Amino acid sequence: MSKKIYVVDPERCTGCRLCEIICSVKHVGVSNPAKSAIHIIKWDEEGFYLPMHCQHCEDAPCMAICPKKAISRDETLDRVVIDYDLCIGCKLCVSACPFGAMGYDPDRKKVFKCDLCDGDPQCVRFCDMKAVDYVEVSRHSLQRMRESSERYAEVMRKHGGG
Amino acid sequence: MALDRKIATIDLTTGRIDIEPIPIEWRKQFIGGRGLDAFLLYRNTPKGCDPLGPDNAAIVSAGLLVGTMASASARTHVMAKSPLTGLTGSANMGGFFGPEMRWAGFDHLVIKGKAEKPVYLYIHNGRIEIRDASNLWGLGVYETQARIRKELGDEETQVLCIGPAGENLVRFACVMTGRKNAAGRTGMGAVLGSKNLKAIACRGTMDLAIKHPVEALEYNKEIIQQVISTKVSQIMQRWGTGFIFGVTNTTGLVRTRNFQYNQLPNSEDIEAENLDKYSIGVDGCFGCQVHCRHRYIIQEGPYAGTYAQGPEYTSQGAFGTEVGCRSMNTILTANHLVNDYGMDTLETGSMIAWAMECYEKGLLKDADTDGLPLEWGKDDVVLEMVRRIAFRENIGDVLAEGPRGAANKIGPESWKYLIHVKGMSNLHSDERATPSLALNIAVSSRGADHLRGRPAIDLYNLPMKVLDKVYRNPDGYDGPLTNNYSEYEGKARMVMWQELNYMAVDCLGVCKYHTVFLSPNHPTFGEFSKLIQLNTGLEMSPKEIWDIANRCYTIERLFNLREGMTRADDWLPDRYFDEPTKLGLPVARGKCIDREKFKAMIDEYYRLHEWDENGVPTPELLERLGIADLTADKA
Repeated sequence: MSKKIYVVDPERCTGCRLCEIICSVKHVGVSNPAKSAIHIIKWDEEGFYLPMHCQHCEDAPCMAICPKKAISRDETLDRVVIDYDLCIGCKLCVSACPFGAMGYDPDRKKVFKCDLCDGDPQCVRFCDMKAVDYVEVSRHSLQRMRESSERYAEVMRKHGGG
Repeated sequence: MALDRKIATIDLTTGRIDIEPIPIEWRKQFIGGRGLDAFLLYRNTPKGCDPLGPDNAAIVSAGLLVGTMASASARTHVMAKSPLTGLTGSANMGGFFGPEMRWAGFDHLVIKGKAEKPVYLYIHNGRIEIRDASNLWGLGVYETQARIRKELGDEETQVLCIGPAGENLVRFACVMTGRKNAAGRTGMGAVLGSKNLKAIACRGTMDLAIKHPVEALEYNKEIIQQVISTKVSQIMQRWGTGFIFGVTNTTGLVRTRNFQYNQLPNSEDIEAENLDKYSIGVDGCFGCQVHCRHRYIIQEGPYAGTYAQGPEYTSQGAFGTEVGCRSMNTILTANHLVNDYGMDTLETGSMIAWAMECYEKGLLKDADTDGLPLEWGKDDVVLEMVRRIAFRENIGDVLAEGPRGAANKIGPESWKYLIHVKGMSNLHSDERATPSLALNIAVSSRGADHLRGRPAIDLYNLPMKVLDKVYRNPDGYDGPLTNNYSEYEGKARMVMWQELNYMAVDCLGVCKYHTVFLSPNHPTFGEFSKLIQLNTGLEMSPKEIWDIANRCYTIERLFNLREGMTRADDWLPDRYFDEPTKLGLPVARGKCIDREKFKAMIDEYYRLHEWDENGVPTPELLERLGIADLTADKA
């Protein structure tokens, strides 16, 4: 089976932030964006919204910086995961992540990040617009190619290409 | 958890802030949101207080389910004695303020007194600070929010605020959050302005615990599917409420040139489909998958290039049919202006349309308007009038007083052209062919308005079994119901049912597009009961929620009666009875409301509410609802 990746399409995002509380309710049973692994970053002056979350980097800075090797890659789901048995809560990973995707929950005294809900990301399930999606990588790239070539095709149609 | 949020009483005169828990008894009696606000308003304002004086209480709240696993639980409610009607002032808005207020620890703010100089409140994780707003006074709604975020150094801060209209005490100024979310009606912005309160900023990171998270999450999914599977939601997702315009205008249900016609021909440009030219995408309030508004860029004129949000169906009337304009660009520009000035779109358009009719009839002359010709269909005149009202310049200063105040200034003859109930203008719907909708605006607790009790689904001529399922529950009503919207019979029940249904969603803080408003298949009392239980643990049966809504609606009625309203205020302008409609399809042409039948409808409506023939709640009702002592204390 081809591996899936998590992708975002800011043009589809309506900025509703449902994904944020779905994430916190799913993982810690509370509504609280501060406990969510996904955030909609907004440019309210322009009306531009971008979902931000863990990129599950191949060469992840959080993984590299962790002194206890508590962060590792899970190749079956192609994700970066935290082993809380090893984690000492030093929070170096919070500083290391270039995307701000490693959170810290001061109430539960734990770092946290996107775990892809073990292969069924709930933010994706609830996003009716599909501004966030979890798809097979080859399909995603081809879909984007098709969308971006639409203009080319349009020109060719109009001017009788071929 | 969702029941541990606090209520804060803030005295702007003394700077004193009291923070208290919300008694569980109040939850059981009023749930929260608008319902509890109505109780707080009754208790916290002295009878006869000046709406723009320090004795009025401005109450801001987030409903019981705001920020939870209840879809579209985004609403913030604002309540006070209205400077427009002198009665119940109440308006709610979407956006993100309500959830943020809950994450910051609060459900209700009761704001009294008057600050010596402009201030704003900053609410952060259980704490409330009164901060100087001198540098914000005079700024528009957009800039105010940006400046506060900058000052606090936190882009995630949610802000509600007033614009110049609120500062200038325009009697229909609104409270805004974001680009377009407006607690629009009844002049709540003027009340904040009278208190020198420019804004409230919230930022919170406190857990809002969900009682049964796994089940609540799954049920949320079910509710979302229930809502977005209906055709009307799918159309809303694409076009927003503007889609309604095509069918209502074609049928002849749209008031035009104030109230002279019921249809604006050749108005294709203001159809919702034309928004595509301006839209850069749709926009959702907190947690909502209906995302019914557009993010758009104005394309032409002096505001070309401006980014704004909306518009609603109401703006197509306010700056389109009512004033005889046919330009989407004008509607989008005026919509942007009222939002940035912080002014009710419906009331603004209605006041301008009425002034145009006064001008046509010679009651207003060029000398009164500083030479501005208030002629139908003049786009630039409409935009100029919006500005003049917000800044109270010459004729704008007159119109800023609202229907009654303005008519008193222009003269007795002008009264007969006003389309208002209880001193608040109606939206652009023309109800002469639809008795149920006419009854709704006549009796609504906040004056002419569709969002208090409109049985919009009456327009669909639905099969009786569908109406039976909706309108006979949850109290087992067995009286008449009819599915023909030209009828008078059985409509009082529909209006009364919708009033309590809308009260219930307003207590919960859920959007009306997520209940029986535009679709009979959307959630209502049964779903509310389960949502409350899963999210908060409170057990309330559908019938109990119905009773609570009844209690809260009755309190609004008691407040209105205390402030001097009588049965005569539950009535329509004479034009509804005397001037038959001229245009539209046969079902809407040549129609007007029958006085006698309408009077009988109101009698029936009172009976259903258990109010006496004067519209006063009976002692037995007050006893049963447990609010007999409310009036006794304050008599």
